[in-house]
Amino acid sequence: MRATGFLAPTPDRGLSRQKSIWSVLHLDPVLLMLLLLLVGGGLFVLYSGADRDFGMIKAQGIRMGVALVVMLVFAQLDPSIYRRWAPWLYLVGLVALVAVLLVGVGAKGAQRWLALPGLPRFQPSELMKLVVPIMAAWFLSRHFIPPRLTHVAVALAIVLIPMALIIKQPDLGTALLVGTAGLFVVFFAGISWKLITAFLAMVSVAAPMMWFFVMRDYQKQRVLTLLDPQSDPLGAGWNIIQSKTAIGSGGWSGKGWLQGTQSHLEFLPESHTDFIVAVLAEEFGFVGMLALLGLYLLILFRCMYIAVNAQDSFGRLVAGALTMTFFIYIFVNIGMVSGLLPVVGVPLPLISYGGTSSVTLMAAFGVLMSIHTHRRMITA
Amino acid sequence: MPWGEFKDTAAERRLFQRRALVALAMVLLLIGGLLARMYQLQVVEHQTYITLSDKNRVQVQSVPPTRGLIYDRNGDLLAENRPVFSVTIVPERVPGMEQTLAALMALIAVSDDELERFQRRLREPRRPFQELPLRYDLTEDEIAALAVHRHELPGVEVSAELVRYYPHGEITSHALGYVGRINREELQDIDPVNYAGTNYIGKSGIERFYEEQLHGQVGYQHVETNARGRTLRVLARENPVPGEDLRLHLDLRLQKLAYKLLDGRRGAIVAIEPETGGLLALASVPGFDANLFVTGISVAAYRELSTSHDKPLFNRALRGQYPPGSTIKPMMAIAALDSGATTRERTVWDPGYFQLKAGGRRYRDWKRGGHGWVDLTESIAQSCDIYFYDAAVRMGIDTMYDYMSAFGFGEDTSLDVSGALPGLLPSRDWKQAVRNEPWYPGDSVNMGIGQGFLLATPLQLATGTAVLANRGRWAQPRLLMDVDGDLPLDEVVPEPAHSDIELNNPNDWEFVADAMAEVMHGRTGTARRAAAGAPYRMAGKTGTAQVFSLAQDEEYDAEEVRERLRDHALFVGFAPLDNPKIAVAVIVENGGSGSGTAAPVARAMFDAWLLGFPEDLDSVEAGMLNLEGE
Repeated sequence: MRATGFLAPTPDRGLSRQKSIWSVLHLDPVLLMLLLLLVGGGLFVLYSGADRDFGMIKAQGIRMGVALVVMLVFAQLDPSIYRRWAPWLYLVGLVALVAVLLVGVGAKGAQRWLALPGLPRFQPSELMKLVVPIMAAWFLSRHFIPPRLTHVAVALAIVLIPMALIIKQPDLGTALLVGTAGLFVVFFAGISWKLITAFLAMVSVAAPMMWFFVMRDYQKQRVLTLLDPQSDPLGAGWNIIQSKTAIGSGGWSGKGWLQGTQSHLEFLPESHTDFIVAVLAEEFGFVGMLALLGLYLLILFRCMYIAVNAQDSFGRLVAGALTMTFFIYIFVNIGMVSGLLPVVGVPLPLISYGGTSSVTLMAAFGVLMSIHTHRRMITA
Repeated sequence: MPWGEFKDTAAERRLFQRRALVALAMVLLLIGGLLARMYQLQVVEHQTYITLSDKNRVQVQSVPPTRGLIYDRNGDLLAENRPVFSVTIVPERVPGMEQTLAALMALIAVSDDELERFQRRLREPRRPFQELPLRYDLTEDEIAALAVHRHELPGVEVSAELVRYYPHGEITSHALGYVGRINREELQDIDPVNYAGTNYIGKSGIERFYEEQLHGQVGYQHVETNARGRTLRVLARENPVPGEDLRLHLDLRLQKLAYKLLDGRRGAIVAIEPETGGLLALASVPGFDANLFVTGISVAAYRELSTSHDKPLFNRALRGQYPPGSTIKPMMAIAALDSGATTRERTVWDPGYFQLKAGGRRYRDWKRGGHGWVDLTESIAQSCDIYFYDAAVRMGIDTMYDYMSAFGFGEDTSLDVSGALPGLLPSRDWKQAVRNEPWYPGDSVNMGIGQGFLLATPLQLATGTAVLANRGRWAQPRLLMDVDGDLPLDEVVPEPAHSDIELNNPNDWEFVADAMAEVMHGRTGTARRAAAGAPYRMAGKTGTAQVFSLAQDEEYDAEEVRERLRDHALFVGFAPLDNPKIAVAVIVENGGSGSGTAAPVARAMFDAWLLGFPEDLDSVEAGMLNLEGE
């Protein structure tokens, strides 16, 4: 089939003698501009969501700066480095995940952090969001594309083992993101639609089993709450009722910046973290949501453009999977806040307050830029 | 990758492009789904959610009206409203009551009593989101301490409310009644809208009788609150209509004097302005500090008041039902003259006793040996019992009943005094119904001198005396003189219904009044010492009522028993004789003789009202007026 203009491969810039500043820095100016726009606008919304706490904006600004530096660093590394290191990183990640289950620290009944002496506290599951798709891409790109059934099975194992370890913590949100990142690699590798259909059928059978054997009571409660928030309006249903009220009361054009009553009068919980999109919807209305989703779409398109134009299968698979991970972030978060999905701890990417996911996401964009800007000087 | 195999990179690229298109289509579809969801919430169902959001933040609060003030006839304040800072808790907003209480007690002093009262209110039915007071009258330091920690204590508020305050406490407690917190029974009866923000209601006295006028109309304000229920700003306000200020006939100076005169004793003084029926003084001694009851009295303090032998909570003026004794004689004289049972000139031989038939039971005169031949004037002046035994038998119970009810006995004739008792005016029917016995002539004999079954309250005695002073014209006793504002008086005070007493010979009024003047000014008048040296003429009648027994379950020491078995001293009177400005009834429980104990009290009241109040009321001493008579 013929690719559309947007996705069509462009003439390799590597041929041109003149190297632009962007290729020296290994950055994609279009993606960078879009990301800066998103981060800047996000801080603007966060200022309202955090109830005019300038200290929080400063902290978040610094985090975003760090995340951008991380992106810059990741962009400098040649994709071949990621490919070569993939198995080792994956092994380290698995060991760390096991370690978390054994000696991890955390709160609210979940062990997610690893505090090793001499190292800053970190979340191994966060690392796996990057490592799992890279590992899967490394494995599949070594073999024939589309992969054979045995290779698919190995790839699925690569994805499902860390996913299971993360579910065990328990951290459903991260497990979901790690799992989808890996599965999208398999999808992009071109497994047959028959297999995809079979897989989806399996999932729909497995879902009730999950309900009975895997999901914890609080997770079941979240699903039940989604179905009927009014059953416990002051308890579990409170978040979802208040966030829907915030979104709905915004109307077409919103109540105005800093004028959101739901967030500023503290009816909306987590208004600066997971539920920040409700603040945006309340204060900027449907128009604001159109702008946000539009911006996200542009980023997604640019990322997919990078993926399509990658030089080899490894690059394509990694870039495509990371792009879709970013999308899953967006969809799960907004779906949850607007009452379409159960409450899962997934932040709104690059806008919610907090550093961990921002750094991971920016690192992912760094990998994408690396794939885009490191080109071998041979023509296909 | 095994390099030995050939890879079709172009095919791989094409395959990826196809999959990327599928993925992008999915992205577009799902983002479109999110947009559709947003459209549904923000555009289609916007109205629903904007309503929900407003309901979240905007709350309608009721603003209680300020309770009307109460003044005496001279404009002296008797009941006012005082700002009191209290710490209140909204149980619905408190995450954990135990922890919150513990945290509060670390900041402010809360007594066991207050804690117990709070716990009790917590269990009782109440309006949702109502503030429950934990402690009143916070000090400045405590308010500051709570302000510092208020963010740690959701549901806890320091609130200022206007609370009723009686500056004269004990002096006015029985005359005004008091307000208190609305209790469970009252909650059933009040208008829930108008009392939405009100915590207090009139419990007794005129505070209760004029509750509607004193309370006012509730106001509203729309306030913006945050999720924790803190009020952030007022959006709109409809002011409450404050309650009406009341002006009473009561004279604070006379009321104070009455308390002073009975200080250290038990008794009651009721003073009425005959012209209007206005109550000038309504004293029941001992009284109690009504302020204790406003914010809720502690169990210990209440037990002390309610079990005291002096019964300070008992309103003797309105509810004390005593045998009127000889104070009934002027009214009996009117009855006897008008019914023809006796004449002004008729004399009766008093040998010291009276017999219905020869050899029958002897009804004794108070004076051993008797008064000899006495006419009506003499028998009033000297309080001769024999004359009235005879007159009573001649009249019979039916006639006495008719005349005594014309003077207001056996019913509560007061217009706006709540809680007054009717006393007991016996009749044939009453005795048949209650005692299942016929009326015996001996019953009439006793009734002629105000003993036997007849019981009257000090208020009734003062009212009857005022009718005598008015020469038969009725002015029913009342407290309210004036309502501040445009409320017409006759809309709030009940319609007087008692008809005047018309005598066959209206001159009999003057005759009996003159005989009462003889009590005070005559050579042999029983109260002549109490009236000595007065620059005006007055009318009066002394009385004593026997105390029959003490309640068996009460314990007294020997000296107390002797004191409490003494007769009650009574006195009724009015002054000046020809143009009465004041009618008074005095009862001093276990006071001994009416002439020695009660009459001087009345004289002091007359003097103060007619000649002017003593410069320094504190110099008045109860004991100083105690004269010995009879």
